[in-house]
Amino acid sequence: MKRIISIFLLAGCLTTAAVFSVPAAAAEEIIITGSTTVLPVMQKAGEAFMAANPGISLSISGGGSGNGIKALNEGLCQVAMSSRDIKESELKEGAGKGVNAVRTAIAVDALVPVIHPENPVKNLTVAQLRGIYSGKITNWKEVGGKDENIVTVSRDSSSGTFETWQELIMTPDKVSPAALSQASNGAVAQAVAGNRRSIGYIGFGYLNSSLKKVDVNGVEARPETALAKKWPIARELYVFTNGAPAGAVKKLTDYLLDPRKGQKAVAETGYIPLPAK
Amino acid sequence: MNNAPARREVLIRRILAGVAGCSLLFLTLIMLFLFMEGLPVFAVVSVSDFFSGMYWYPTAQPPEFGIFPLLVASCAVTLAASSLAVPLGIMTAVWLTEIAHPTLRRVCKPLIELLAALPSVVIGFFGMVVVAPLLQDLLDLDTGLNLFTAGLMLAFMSVPTICSVAEDALHAVPSSLRAASLALGATRWETTVRVVVPAAFSGIGTACMLGMSRSIGETMVVLMAAGGAGILPRSLFDPVRPIPSVIAAEMAEASFRGEHYHALFAIGIVLFLFTLAFNLVAQYISEKNRRVLR
Repeated sequence: MKRIISIFLLAGCLTTAAVFSVPAAAAEEIIITGSTTVLPVMQKAGEAFMAANPGISLSISGGGSGNGIKALNEGLCQVAMSSRDIKESELKEGAGKGVNAVRTAIAVDALVPVIHPENPVKNLTVAQLRGIYSGKITNWKEVGGKDENIVTVSRDSSSGTFETWQELIMTPDKVSPAALSQASNGAVAQAVAGNRRSIGYIGFGYLNSSLKKVDVNGVEARPETALAKKWPIARELYVFTNGAPAGAVKKLTDYLLDPRKGQKAVAETGYIPLPAK
Repeated sequence: MNNAPARREVLIRRILAGVAGCSLLFLTLIMLFLFMEGLPVFAVVSVSDFFSGMYWYPTAQPPEFGIFPLLVASCAVTLAASSLAVPLGIMTAVWLTEIAHPTLRRVCKPLIELLAALPSVVIGFFGMVVVAPLLQDLLDLDTGLNLFTAGLMLAFMSVPTICSVAEDALHAVPSSLRAASLALGATRWETTVRVVVPAAFSGIGTACMLGMSRSIGETMVVLMAAGGAGILPRSLFDPVRPIPSVIAAEMAEASFRGEHYHALFAIGIVLFLFTLAFNLVAQYISEKNRRVLR
């Protein structure tokens, strides 16, 4: 019994010591929230940023573009991540509270439809893609392929990639419930590479030799076409700040835009880095 | 001086009661939390729409929260898995106790139990990368990620559970029963089928129920191998989207305390009730037959 008690005491002392030995860092905190599409970039770049700037700590969370901008307007965060531009109503709402949201583009998110390398189809229009994914076109024959059923592979409906696809391709229709849903870009790539009849969509960064990318509206999927805004399934990703970035926040946005730092994280998370200015 | 051991006993008993009470308390709190987070969704969608709705579009504007296809998918996958796993598990258990040579049994039993220790993500990955493409080419299917593949993989997982529990039950049948049956002139087959298996019926029933409740709640396997299409399956080879895979795929991105979040907890409640029902049935079977046997 005595031994047990002394073990408890020892454990107690150790935890107390551990709690008190944490240095009380006088770090400046930047609260970042918003789009889950931008989140992985911010997390990746954020880790390296904090390592390079020990005086600044970042608190990063998701919640959606709308929630991020709302939080910025209410002064609950210093940086809002967004996968869309700010709406007129949101600008007005911010102005009423003395917040002036300023936009900084940090990356381009482009999706590319992919098929099995043995599939002869080369080009699809946006309307055809919408037809395929809403379940109106069900045979490859209808879009110039073999006489085989089309197996559509989609993402789970709460992912940012799904949202992009829904917004840029599907509107006003919805992705058919018959589409297979996979939980990650990698899983979609895996599913499409393993099925001759399938079509999927992934971020540019996930393309590999076991997949065949499809041209859309006659435009080839390349980082250059996406940056030139010719590629139809692309959108810019932003961070919004109250006024032009300054102080610690400026350090962060500079870091994000640095081709050798933040933009590397952009490429590593599967998005397209912005060209160096 | 004499009551020191007694006092120690009381102390130990209290500590154990406290520990047991704690785990009970935590479980109750988890349940309470589950209901607290799940029920608010019914302010947005009616109970009947929730259960009979055909479409699950939690992030669309306006969102749709119909879980009927998901419910059907969960039941179908469990049924497919059980119809493979129950006969296989029970027959293996019978072979192990009644037929196999003791040496062989000592080798086989740990091997089967080792199978139960395989992480579900490994089984799911195996299903997705090996079994699905194989079935797809072999049977010329649209996709290998379907109800059958998921059921097969779940059967893999529940056979060891069923076999191991059923084997214990068969093993517990007193050998006097076997001896009596054989003495009356029954063959070994008759003894096994008419005496030993009925005597162990409660244990075997419990084994099946535990196996089934394991497959209905299993997440990784169905997330990876079932295909994830929210439709009513028309054949054994249609892709489906069982409840656990929906929760696993979407919870990370659902905004905290939003409608979607509450809806995911609500389907968690449904899943909880399912597993609870299976466990209650298992308990009922084992209780009832135990009384009969004595």
